[in-house]
Amino acid sequence: MKRPTPPTDGADPWARLRALTPARIGLPRTGASLSTDAVLRFAMAHAEARDAVHTPADMEALREPLARVGFPTIPVSSAVGSRGTYLRRPDLGRRLSPESRARIEAEARGLVDIALVVADGLSSTAVQAGAVPLLEAFAPWIAREGWSVAPVSLAVQARVALGDEIGALFRARAVVVLVGERPGLSASDSLGLYLTYDPRVGRTDAQRNCISNVRPGGLSHGESAFKLHWLLRRALDLRLSGVALKDESDLAALEPRPEAARLGPGDA
Amino acid sequence: MPYRHVIGQRSWVFGSLRELMAKATPLRSGDVLAGVAAGSAQERVAAQMCLADLPLRAFLDEAVVPYESDAVTRLIVDGHDARAFAPIAHHTVGSFRDWLLSDAAGADALAAVAPGITPEMAAAVSKIMRNQDLILAARKCRVVTRFNNTIGLPGTMAVRLQPNHPTDDPAGIMAAIVDGLVNGCGDAVIGINPASDSIQALGDLLRLLDDVIRRFEIPTQGCVLTHVTTTIEAIARGAPVDLVFQSIAGTEAANHSFGVTLDLLDEACAAARSLGRGTLGQNVMYFETGQGSALSADAHHGVDQQTLEARAYAVARRFEPLLVNTVVGFIGPEYLYDGKQIIRAGLEDHFCGKLMGLPMGCDVCYTNHAEADQDDMDTLLTLLGTAGVTYVMGIPGADDVMLSYQSTSFQDQLYLRDLLGLKRAPEFEAWLQRMELAGADGRPTAPALSHPLLMADQSFAS
Repeated sequence: MKRPTPPTDGADPWARLRALTPARIGLPRTGASLSTDAVLRFAMAHAEARDAVHTPADMEALREPLARVGFPTIPVSSAVGSRGTYLRRPDLGRRLSPESRARIEAEARGLVDIALVVADGLSSTAVQAGAVPLLEAFAPWIAREGWSVAPVSLAVQARVALGDEIGALFRARAVVVLVGERPGLSASDSLGLYLTYDPRVGRTDAQRNCISNVRPGGLSHGESAFKLHWLLRRALDLRLSGVALKDESDLAALEPRPEAARLGPGDA
Repeated sequence: MPYRHVIGQRSWVFGSLRELMAKATPLRSGDVLAGVAAGSAQERVAAQMCLADLPLRAFLDEAVVPYESDAVTRLIVDGHDARAFAPIAHHTVGSFRDWLLSDAAGADALAAVAPGITPEMAAAVSKIMRNQDLILAARKCRVVTRFNNTIGLPGTMAVRLQPNHPTDDPAGIMAAIVDGLVNGCGDAVIGINPASDSIQALGDLLRLLDDVIRRFEIPTQGCVLTHVTTTIEAIARGAPVDLVFQSIAGTEAANHSFGVTLDLLDEACAAARSLGRGTLGQNVMYFETGQGSALSADAHHGVDQQTLEARAYAVARRFEPLLVNTVVGFIGPEYLYDGKQIIRAGLEDHFCGKLMGLPMGCDVCYTNHAEADQDDMDTLLTLLGTAGVTYVMGIPGADDVMLSYQSTSFQDQLYLRDLLGLKRAPEFEAWLQRMELAGADGRPTAPALSHPLLMADQSFAS
């Protein structure tokens, strides 16, 4: 067997190995078992993920900040009554409750370009923290394009496909759903942005475009808003979304941006 | 044809074998979602009683998915081994359970009848078995497979080392491999789930695995878990492929949604065998399965998810795989809601696979939206250890940073070995001792900081 030369600086190889991966390697053992510290740190990461799934989203708290950046809102709910049912019955989380359907029908005012939906999905943490800054970053792009926008639906117990019914009722050309993504152990605050052209009940995931991992430490709000605008403009031009619409926004990254959407120092 | 069961004044009717099987299945969210579950607890037990009275031969007469429209049904029916079935042909499902738990059903008898057991028979009997029955009967089954080592010998349990990295960074993957090896993991396979599906990335990862296995002369095999067509392409380009991986399911339509057919799997198996890389055997296939995949693909034909899972094992069996595992809690709570359902499903899958003659392992796992935690994984892992599971997963800290789910850690398998006295594949265990990574008792010894394995990542330094 060929033996590599040991490092001459005498450094602990485990410190070097640990730095190479976010995976939990080199954990200390006691006997065969994990050390107390490793067990409890894992438990806390799982607790954060569990709380993100099970803490009800406080959509009421989003209304005033969204109004301040120019978005009127409308609270809606899927046909699901409880978190337990939500997790067992994805089909019901994709349809509006009868009351919510009636509310949107009363609110809808002819054709609009875009319907926006903030959906709790599987992480209220993500929605609570990310929905306002994302929409604030997106507002200048809407203004630049002159897009007409329906009131933002604040949807609880909602799956991505709930946006299809909402978008159809608002008679929107496209719907954008901001949804809390299933939390992992390393991040429980990721938002996903799903774009669907010509929303109707029965659309499939192959007909959507997705921008995922939107969070501090992941894809920044400014960059996400830029990508979303790029995809949305392309979808409205081509009259389609999904697998036929490739995200080439990286090539367009040097285009001029509206003043308020210039990337700040935290957006690098 | 309808099936009836009378209990006292009450008569229960089940319209078809498919309906009877579904309603006899212990409660799980996926069957409720599919609308095939029993409507009440009493209906479930009535179905189990009705099923217990059914002759095993009935499964040769009525298919749960039509023969004409499903290649998996044709594989099951056309490939049935009547001679192996003969010794159990007189049984009902109920008396078959009694036989499986009796002293008459030893390892040799079980191995002899395995080719005669259809997936529907295995699924049916599992539905009337309690968890302890599933454990005891599975423990009696012996399935031994070989590639570069020997997997499945009595008193052993192997581990897949799963060193995934979010961006396939070679040094990051190597760091996880090193940690797994020093904790005594990797005899089943060192298997990477790649983040990228490009053929170039696949080739790079295959060469990484080949290099580390050769450089340290590790008696094991490598695998990059990508689509079978990509692996066939990699073989054609001369990449060092040990095992061919593929996810499979229990209906033709579900397999179609995975982009696979039996012919395609034939082609891949032949291509891998043509390389002749196995030093001890030619078991070159690695399959993963999991309850709920057919429903998820809208390809379930009204059949319950556990029966469909067993049908996936008929697909696996055809290719004499080195490894098969059920990724039991990965699919999410709409199929297996909580720890109780995940534990039950893990034991069912392991039992049905073993009964049908497969080297059955289990990815004991869950996602963060399931009602489960590491305590449930400890329970299922311990139960599977007592049931003689062929292999489990070894993942750094039980936290897969690429696939975002939780499984079992390098330390979890050490716990199980300490608890139950389980050894590794003998060639691998001897290697660990040669490398001074394990003592004579098989327990890991902390390697010196100058150990060559701890420098394995240095080959990627620029």
